[in-house]
Amino acid sequence: MVELKIDVTGETCPVPLVEMRKALRKASPGEIVEVVGTHPASKKEIPMAVEALGFELVDVEEKDGVWKIKIRK
Amino acid sequence: MGDDSKKADKSTIIIHSGDMDKIYSALIVSNGALSMGMEASLFFTFWGLQRLQKGGLEKGPLSKMHFLGLGKWMIMGRMKKANVASLERLLNDFRELGGKVIACEMTMEIMGIDKKDLNQDIIDEYGAVGTYVNEARNSKITLFI
Repeated sequence: MVELKIDVTGETCPVPLVEMRKALRKASPGEIVEVVGTHPASKKEIPMAVEALGFELVDVEEKDGVWKIKIRK
Repeated sequence: MGDDSKKADKSTIIIHSGDMDKIYSALIVSNGALSMGMEASLFFTFWGLQRLQKGGLEKGPLSKMHFLGLGKWMIMGRMKKANVASLERLLNDFRELGGKVIACEMTMEIMGIDKKDLNQDIIDEYGAVGTYVNEARNSKITLFI
């Protein structure tokens, strides 16, 4: 179940990364954060950041240029 | 020295320039570092200090082809079209994620800038070269912009 949803559709660097970080700071351990966006580089970089932060990448999907990334804190 | 294992996951950037595009670079790199779990400090000195003056954050010229403001106006238009965040938003995010703003006291004197001219709300600390070296010696990333 997704507890926290962040929409960064149309936003560009570095906003998707920053908003992901802000959401993960607010989330409690074990909670799932879902980030939805369109910035192409962020689809690759958010998983990189998740690894660096030591959280769990649950799912990455993309449809018609809109990606959805699920992260467990 | 040269032992990276002793260095913290930290980014320390000297902002020597007051140019609008360079302030963008510094804040984008710092916010990226903070988002990826690093600490970050920005050390404002010389022309960079002007961006800490009250109402001065967005007032920097373009580093190239400023053309008395025409070039900046054009670039600002393109940035708006590309939906690039404002410097104010980037600085707020920087501070929300725990980034530290340091203003150099010695160069304030050279630039004729008084503490009362600066936006105190965004400055965490005043310092000189010792403060920078202390931050930078433990940083994996350090840049001069």
